[in-house]
Amino acid sequence: MYRYDAFDQTLVDERVEQFRDQVARRLSGALSEDQFRPLRLLNGLYLQLHAYMLRVAIPYGTLSSRQLRTLAHIARTFDRGYGHFTTRQNIQFNWVRLDQAADILAALASVEMHAIQTSGNTIRNVTADHLAGVAADEIEDPRIYAEIIRQWSTLHPEFSFLPRKFKIAVTGAARDRTALKVHDIGIQVVRDAAGEAGFSVLVGGGQGRTPMIGHVIRPFLPKADLLAYLEAILRVYNEFGRRDNLYKARIKILVQTLGPAAFTAMVEEQWQALRGPALALPDEELARIAAHFAPPTYARLPAASAALAAARAEPVFERWCRHNLLPHKQPGYAIATISLKPEGGVPGDATAAQLEALADLAERWSLDEVRVSHEQNLVLPHVRQDDVPALWRELRAHGLATPNAGLITDIIACPGLDYCNLANARSIPIAQQIQRRFANRERQEEIGAIKIKISGCINACGHHHVGHIGILGVDKKGAEFYQITLGGDGSERAALGEITGRAFAAAEVVDAIDTIIDTYLGARRHGEAFIDTYRRVGMVPFKEALYGAH
Amino acid sequence: MTKVVTANRLADGAIVYLAGSDTWSTRLDEAAVAADEATAAALLAAAERAVAACQVVAAYAFPVAVADGRPVPIDQRERVRAAGPSVASDFRD
Repeated sequence: MYRYDAFDQTLVDERVEQFRDQVARRLSGALSEDQFRPLRLLNGLYLQLHAYMLRVAIPYGTLSSRQLRTLAHIARTFDRGYGHFTTRQNIQFNWVRLDQAADILAALASVEMHAIQTSGNTIRNVTADHLAGVAADEIEDPRIYAEIIRQWSTLHPEFSFLPRKFKIAVTGAARDRTALKVHDIGIQVVRDAAGEAGFSVLVGGGQGRTPMIGHVIRPFLPKADLLAYLEAILRVYNEFGRRDNLYKARIKILVQTLGPAAFTAMVEEQWQALRGPALALPDEELARIAAHFAPPTYARLPAASAALAAARAEPVFERWCRHNLLPHKQPGYAIATISLKPEGGVPGDATAAQLEALADLAERWSLDEVRVSHEQNLVLPHVRQDDVPALWRELRAHGLATPNAGLITDIIACPGLDYCNLANARSIPIAQQIQRRFANRERQEEIGAIKIKISGCINACGHHHVGHIGILGVDKKGAEFYQITLGGDGSERAALGEITGRAFAAAEVVDAIDTIIDTYLGARRHGEAFIDTYRRVGMVPFKEALYGAH
Repeated sequence: MTKVVTANRLADGAIVYLAGSDTWSTRLDEAAVAADEATAAALLAAAERAVAACQVVAAYAFPVAVADGRPVPIDQRERVRAAGPSVASDFRD
């Protein structure tokens, strides 16, 4: 894992004391709310529906046990005993006091964490494949480049007041687990014809009010040019992005307005002007950062564990292995998905006790490492196959062994109107109702791989546009209604969902989902996943099933 | 329209309702109810004084119905604010 150097530590320590002083001045009245709001937002502190909310950055979704224990301490000491993992690999604390916020930042700084740039019109926390470094289909660990981008973008003076917020994702694999194509910039490690590793650069994706799939503007960028090229993109956006209309301020609108070809030409021109020693990535610096992400020292083990194979005779354990265990690139190891989607739970929530338990388990069985996925689950990335049965027993004891990764109850949901100031409708209760309706494990397996994603407003924090089934909460004269989309996809086959028709009242949504699932099961060919059936048969049979009687 | 004035307490962010000219309560049923626009304007003016005094932040008035002498929010947003999240009662105070 990356460890802060003296420069990093000084930066976050100084920021804590600056914010402590700013809070004191706000409480004393020396700063008005209008003066203070941008300062607190620069430190990730929002005023939400019920209280202040602190959004903490988890760079590229990687945590150590020490960091996880500090998050548990914050949850227990400064919040109501839990935290909420988000679709941007961050964690949010929903019940924070302003007069304790600097103490929380100090606790975070003590374990090399912060909340800088988790809000505001800045480059936000850089996300990465949660299977970085352990996925068999990976060319290189994307966290090396995510960390370089983090260092470059943190408090970058030129890009501290962009037209709008800016999100970057990085993957090192062909299979996209980051929703790369719906980011402002998506960076994928690829190889050129000579076998050299570099980057494919995609710009102008996004969700929200105007969802768009990004455009590849450079199929191959040499590694040394990463920062110069990013700076060129940001410079074009900063100069030409709209600041007069909040709804047209994201880079996707600029790319759409200019056209991808014209936008690319402007970026390339900027890039040629910027290329040079100042922004080139020297080999030695690349090697220094890469060393932090060097593969851990694995034991030499047989490819398959006899102990694991024997334990899988137990059906409940076998079911968990079937859905929550992934192959590891290192023989004898496995990747364990810790579902934060228990039946009737809040997607992405974990209690302080669970965070502490996971810290212990990661220390004992996962080489001290935990990952956060954008699907609001956690991952233990380095588990010896021999240890999986014991790990599972411990997870079970802490309510963390829900065997549903990738199934219909593994739902993404934003906080919605239960917590968020922007929301029009509640998201979490809809997720809970669906989880209860489809609680039967056999039925979940019969339905197979499917992604339901729920947002409580058009800002789409719940990624509904790219859900195989997307659910969007809308307000109709004070009542909560839900628009359903089908066919969205956040993977390398990215697609935006199509609206089925009129919105459903809250009490109708689960029945509508049931109807969609029944229609799928009736239409699918053997072994065909929901998204593939939808692509083959299209919207018509679903629409007829949902609205035919009307 | 009948209204109540709400805000968040500055220091801890807690939801509060204006209960009198200079008193705030965390309980909606203790809120002062304005039956007309002039009363609502007076309550808002009191709230703005509390904002200026750094007691509360983000003050505004919202419509309520009155049932059994108690204010009841009309909008879903204010119902959730008054009752707390509808999703995890074990996490609430």
